[in-house]
This record gives sequence, C-alpha cells and structure tokens, in this order.
Amino acid sequence: MTGRIVVAGASMGGLRAVEQLRAAGWTGAITVVGDEPHMPYNRPPLSKEVLAGKAPFESLAFTPKAAAADVEWRLGTRVVAAGLDRRVVDLDDGSAISYDGLVVATGMRPRRLTCPGPLTGRHTVRTLTDAQGLRGELTRPGVRVVVVGAGFIGCEVAATAVGLGVSEVTVVDPLPLPMVGPLGELLARALLERHQERGVRFRLGTGVAGFEGDDRVTGVVLGDGSVLPADVVVESVGSVANGEWLDGNGLDLSDGVLTCEHLRVGGRPEVVAVGDVARFPNARYDGVPRRVEHWSIPTDSAKHAARMLVAELTGVQADLAPFAPLPTFWSDQHDFRLQSFGAPVLGLGDVRVLDGDPDRDPEGDVLVGYHADGRLVGVVALGGHGAAMGAARYRAQLLKQPALAA
Amino acid sequence: MKVVVDMNKCQDHGQCVFAAPDVFSMDDDGHLVFVAEPDDTLRDDVEEAADVCPLQAIRIED
Ligand SMILES: Cc1cc2nc3c(=O)[nH]c(=O)nc-3n(C[C@H](O)[C@H](O)[C@H](O)COP(=O)(O)OP(=O)(O)OC[C@H]3O[C@@H](n4cnc5c(N)ncnc54)[C@H](O)[C@@H]3O)c2cc1C
Ligand code: SF4
Repeated sequence: MTGRIVVAGASMGGLRAVEQLRAAGWTGAITVVGDEPHMPYNRPPLSKEVLAGKAPFESLAFTPKAAAADVEWRLGTRVVAAGLDRRVVDLDDGSAISYDGLVVATGMRPRRLTCPGPLTGRHTVRTLTDAQGLRGELTRPGVRVVVVGAGFIGCEVAATAVGLGVSEVTVVDPLPLPMVGPLGELLARALLERHQERGVRFRLGTGVAGFEGDDRVTGVVLGDGSVLPADVVVESVGSVANGEWLDGNGLDLSDGVLTCEHLRVGGRPEVVAVGDVARFPNARYDGVPRRVEHWSIPTDSAKHAARMLVAELTGVQADLAPFAPLPTFWSDQHDFRLQSFGAPVLGLGDVRVLDGDPDRDPEGDVLVGYHADGRLVGVVALGGHGAAMGAARYRAQLLKQPALAA
Repeated sequence: MKVVVDMNKCQDHGQCVFAAPDVFSMDDDGHLVFVAEPDDTLRDDVEEAADVCPLQAIRIED
C-alpha cells in the first residue's frame, strides 16, 4: 500500500486515529504532527490524581499499540496551514508534507480572560506543563486560590486544591450554580452543597472584572467591585478549538471543525476530524452538530473516521451506519464521582430523581434521569461507587433507544 | 492472550465491563474481577476494554 496519512494533533485523538487506521487495514505511511513535546498522554488526571500528587506525571503516558510502532511522530512541531485542494500541510519548521488522507485531531485550548491585570500567577489546566506549573504553586504553604469558572475542570481543581491543604479556595462564576449548564439545577445545587461542606467557597452570580497586582496577581476584582485576595488564580472558563490552521479552505470553523455524519470535513472524503475539535451530528439524537468534550469521544470517533478514511483510500465501500456514539463522562471531585451516560443536556427540561433523595439525604447517592419528549436521554449519578453502578444499569436502555426525531 | 490489570491504577470505573463483558465483571462489592487468560477470539473486545479504561490500567500481554 502506498500513500501517506497525516494526523494533525498528537494527543488521545491522534493516537487513537493512528491505532484505528492500522486496525482498519492501512499499511501505508502515517505521520503524526503534534506541537506538544510529549508523546500522547491522558489529560483527566491533570486536574485530579496527578495535580494532587497521588499519581506521578509519568503515569499519564498512553501505551501505543504495537501496530502503531512504525508511525513517524513529529513532536514539538505545529501545523500552521493546510491546502486541502493541493493535499498538503505546512509546518512551523518551514517544511511541508503531502498527504493522501488527513486526520484533524488538534483538540482545544483553554479560553483566556482578557480583562486587565498581570498574567503571572494565572493558570490554565490543559497540558502536562500547565499542571506541573500549577502543582508547584498549589503546594506552596498557605496559598489562597481563586478558581474562575465553576465548570467540571474548575470544580475538580478546587476540590484537589482543598485536598492539598491550601489556605482557602474560592470559585467564582457568573452563573448561580456550579456545573449548572450541563447538569441542570437539581444536581448543581447538590454539588454546591457538597463542595461547600468540604471547604470550597463560592462567589456565584458575579463575573471577574480584572486582576490586581503589579508583577503578579494578588487579587481578583469581581463584577460587583469587591476584591478576593489571591496568590494563585486558575482560569477554567471554557475552551477554544484549535482550527485556525485550516483557515482559507472554505470550511465551517465557527465552533470546532464541522463534519458530516461520517466525520468527514468539508465534503472531502479524504479529510476526517476526531476528538474534541470535531463538531459532528450524533445520529443517536437530533442530528444537530455539536462538539463533545468527553474522554470517550476520541476513541469512538477515531474508530469510525479511520474506517471511513481507509475505505476511501483503498477504494472499497465502507458501509457504515452514521456515527452515533453514546457519550460517556465522569468527573471526580473530593470523595465523590459524577458518572454520566447519554446526553443529559438534551433533557434539561424534564429532570427526575431515579434513585436517592437529595433533599432528605444531601450526602447520599443520587441518580438523576434527563428526558426529552418523555423519553430518557441521559442519566447522571452523583456519589460513591454504587451510584455510578446504578447509572450503568440504564446504559443498555440508552443504547437501545431509536434516534430521536430531528 | 494474557490480560493484566494494574490494580493500583484501577478505580473500578467499570468501562471495561461494557466493552468485554465476557472477560471483565464487577463482584458484589463493586470491585473488578477478570479472566486472566481469555480465549483469543475475545481479543477485539479486550482491546476495546483497554482503550476505554479511564485509568489506562489494562494491558494485553500475548
Ligand atoms: C484537565 C482536564 C480534565 C479532564 N477530565 C475529564 C474527565 O474527567 N472526564 C472526561 O470525560 N473528559 C475529561 N477531559 C476531556 C478529555 O481529556 C478530552 O476530551 C480529550 O483530551 C480530547 O482529546 P483530543 O485528542 O481530541 O484533543 P486534545 O487532547 O486537546 O489534543 C489536541 C492536541 O493537538 C495539539 N495541537 C493543537 N493545534 C495543533 C497544530 N496546529 N499543530 C500540531 N498540533 C496541534 C495540541 O497541542 C494537543 O496536543 C478533561 C480534559 C482536561 C484538559
Ligand atoms: S475500566 Fe479500568 S478502572 Fe475501570 S474497572 Fe476496568 S480496569 Fe478498572
């Protein structure tokens, strides 16, 4: 087999793409270009076990499958442009690579706050380097931490910081409850209480107007003018897709890289997108293209996209049903876990407690179901191990379900 | 095929159970139990299980 597939992005999506290309029968050349200096590593522990020092940074590395051993890895190298008509990508070292197939796996980067103030002392958590820097600061004695953004990563970092024994942790968010966007009020309220019970403070319903300090940050100025003293600030205010290198090819890059129901990009059968960066319609739900920043997506999408791409390049019919993954997500905070199956966000209008009693037993396990048109579209468990197992019992039902009408 | 699970890493997520129910299961206490030398016909399932383990605790040794 001749020809070359270029994979842009050397994280989980890129690695899984490589492995799945080989599994799908591609024996031609594969070049992976990644701007981080590391081989692919696992991100979730960056805000949890590894930030806490319970697992070493070295434990993050994925073990690539043997079939991927002959792949060329160009690490510490960025793709700066692509000419999809000419089938070529340009790299930041001045070289260019021609391809027969291209996999877009460039993921996301943290969104940054643009309000005035010093940058030093302000952190994000996306890369190994980020987490190493943040861990160094959180382990200084007596630090006061302000986390901006009460989403999953912000709340995980806040919990980890409490566990590390920092002097205080405050989470700031303009929304009235943590994680309320994806989970809805019922669980968000329960989570707020559990976090407060474990020592996290919250300033909700107010945004950040600026940062105080000369060389490094000493305080966070809130929208109401009050100031939170801070030695360390963590910005966890969402993420931005790394798609700029695809500019100029007439693609829809408005929120990630738009794909068809087979993960193809711009109507080009030789270009596919996987992982966080892909905005794909999920045939299981309403067919509206969405990005899904869940750990399960790089693996699921790589499998589908690799089969499509290899079929195209070898001239055989792929015969695959449209991509229809069951989104799966977890988050560990303090001593509790959130475990989600399906698409809770599509059922926020009809949220029912399936198990547990969050009012009478605020520390107990809860299982919540999310419904659309009376039908279960997602479940989220909060609590210990038993709760997560309870959620898993609904997994088969969520998988069996026919697609919702558009 | 030989399956090894790093029990120091495993946090009983159970994702492997969905991927390869013939090889991995949860005992009554919610802890992982698995078949250490499953039949080779289950290789695809076990590879899938190794991929979806959030702690990357599963290794296949031939
Ligand atoms: C701190 C943290 C905690 C998380 N916790 C959970 C969790 O508990 N549960 C869960 O389900 N999910 C979690 N996630 C989400 C999960 O890790 C992501 O969904 C997953 O990493 C996505 O993988 P990806 O390969 O698509 O993208 P990424 O991991 O973002 O990889 C993209 C790679 O491409 C590189 N790149 C970008 N642009 C270029 C370019 N132009 N040229 C070359 N290379 C480029 C990037 O540097 C990066 O290495 C977490 C994420 C983070 C950051
Ligand atoms: S998926 Fe991984 S962490 Fe979960 S039970 Fe299986 S081996 Fe353990």
